[in-house]
Amino acid sequence: MLSYAIRRTLGAIPTLFLIITFAFFMMRIAPGGPFDGERRLPPEIEANINAAYNLDKPLYEQYFIYLGRLAQGDFGPSFKTKDFTVTEMIASGLPVSIKLGLTAIVLALLIGTFLGVFAALRQNRPADYSVMTIAMVGITIPTFVTAPLLTLLFGVYGVHIFGLDITLPVGGWNNGALRNMILPVIVLALPQIAVIARLTRGSMVEVLHSNYVRTARAKGLSSWRVVTRHAMRAGLLPLVSYLGPAIAGLATGSLIVEQIFGIPGIGRYFVQGALNRDYTLVLGVVIFYATLIILLNLVADILYRVLDPRVRYD
Amino acid sequence: MSPILPSERAELMQAARAVKGRSLWKDAQRRLFRNKAAVVSMAILAVLTVLAILAPLLSPYSYQVIDYALVSCAPPWWGGDPLCRATGAHWFGMDSVGRDLFIRTLYGARVSLAVGLVATTVSLLIGVLYGATAGFIGGRVDAAMMRFVDILYSLPFIFFVIILMVIFNRNFILMFVAIGAVEWLTMARIVRGQTLSIKQKEFIEAARAGGVGTFGIITCHVIPNVVGPVIVYVTLTIPAVILAESFLSFLGLGIQEPLTSWGVLISEGANTLETAPWMLLFPATFMAVTLFCFNFIGDGLRDALDPKER
Repeated sequence: MLSYAIRRTLGAIPTLFLIITFAFFMMRIAPGGPFDGERRLPPEIEANINAAYNLDKPLYEQYFIYLGRLAQGDFGPSFKTKDFTVTEMIASGLPVSIKLGLTAIVLALLIGTFLGVFAALRQNRPADYSVMTIAMVGITIPTFVTAPLLTLLFGVYGVHIFGLDITLPVGGWNNGALRNMILPVIVLALPQIAVIARLTRGSMVEVLHSNYVRTARAKGLSSWRVVTRHAMRAGLLPLVSYLGPAIAGLATGSLIVEQIFGIPGIGRYFVQGALNRDYTLVLGVVIFYATLIILLNLVADILYRVLDPRVRYD
Repeated sequence: MSPILPSERAELMQAARAVKGRSLWKDAQRRLFRNKAAVVSMAILAVLTVLAILAPLLSPYSYQVIDYALVSCAPPWWGGDPLCRATGAHWFGMDSVGRDLFIRTLYGARVSLAVGLVATTVSLLIGVLYGATAGFIGGRVDAAMMRFVDILYSLPFIFFVIILMVIFNRNFILMFVAIGAVEWLTMARIVRGQTLSIKQKEFIEAARAGGVGTFGIITCHVIPNVVGPVIVYVTLTIPAVILAESFLSFLGLGIQEPLTSWGVLISEGANTLETAPWMLLFPATFMAVTLFCFNFIGDGLRDALDPKER
């Protein structure tokens, strides 16, 4: 087990190295640079700026300088946002993105598994079909449609339920106040709920037809116990390996959601940075996300092997 | 068991020929056409494709001509009390610079469907070739090739597509290729797994024993069995690609004016949702229905091609 974990961790290093190299050179073959403004700078000043950011050195040398700094945990200074290092910018956006993303994934896991198990227990009956149709809607409607719709509904018109007047803020973060989080979290979670529900239903249907579940039923266990103790244990396993891609999905989803709701997370930096040719910022965010995804995939794989006795670790 | 006499043999062959065989494909087709959701979806997509192809003939207006008198006007039949109302054949109303939304939605369909088809074809070509090669050669080559796929799998690809689009200034063709290059990984895995398992099957051995050559085995026995899951995955890739394109368009990295795609129209419509909901309503509905249809067909095909269902 331990050797498997170590081998996988070591295997992740070349992957990460590849990502860094790929991202670095891709960003650099782009025409235009971070200091191309409307006004041409005097050549002496331009030379000074380039020297300050090592842009005057040959590309391969810049690459090794960058790698060297990265090895010390230094993402370098931002080219566009003066006086800020990329590390500082990521550190300021990270808690926001994590709070948003974690809340969304927890919500999605809870609701998604519930809907999936519910549908599987009523396979090919109206309840099943309606849950799966809703899930399909969740998958096909992109976040940038649900976000303005919900904004209009809850933010502009206001919803009246049970005599309550619900109006939610449609933008801003307000230090993560619950009211400000509701809409972005829902928008982020909806597609994930849909995917998780479909996934859960599929594997639960299979498990519920298996022999050991029939045995458990035949022993006279209550159907609640059969489902929670026996079927769900095996039926929810695929969710573990979905964890990695789910986080990646949340990251891309948050690009949009952070932009629409004006939330100061990491996703916004990425789009801004790419458009401004802020090399270090974009590289920093890509490397950060890639590391996160690789790490989570690793954890998911190891967890899967721990949880599923049928998978043998060689 | 007595030996079969030549006369009897001719008779038996005759009888065997008289029995009409049901091929895998006929069977699958029959099952697919019994699936109402899939049939309706195919019909809708067919209509939509025809509409997209015939777009310039269907409306008297052009997708790029601006009518300054009708900026952000509601469709003629729109209820309520909009600020202004278009007349004539502006069935879907006008966009925020005064272009007919009906024709623009259909042009958006052209672009979105084209992106979906081309990018999926790119991913299909790379994926099938790569996966079949890895699966067929096997051994070390296979291990190395699939390790490479694993590495690519853990890249946050949408980020790379964004960087690509920024670098090459929203090149239309490049967008097709970039999205296709992202989507081929799963295809390669599916084809490789399928090829590996089919290589070991008894019917391949039987065919070889019966004197069929390698080429014959691949074309008549391996490919038909690989094609099933691939087709299913293709129908699920197309909507994913359309979504990816609309995602890029929303960030302002997709198709350029005056051409348009559903993603561009939707992001424009989202900005004017409160004052001019039709600008979001029509493109969003078209896109959602299209994605729905592809997903239903994909599910239908999966059920139809599942050998366990026979």
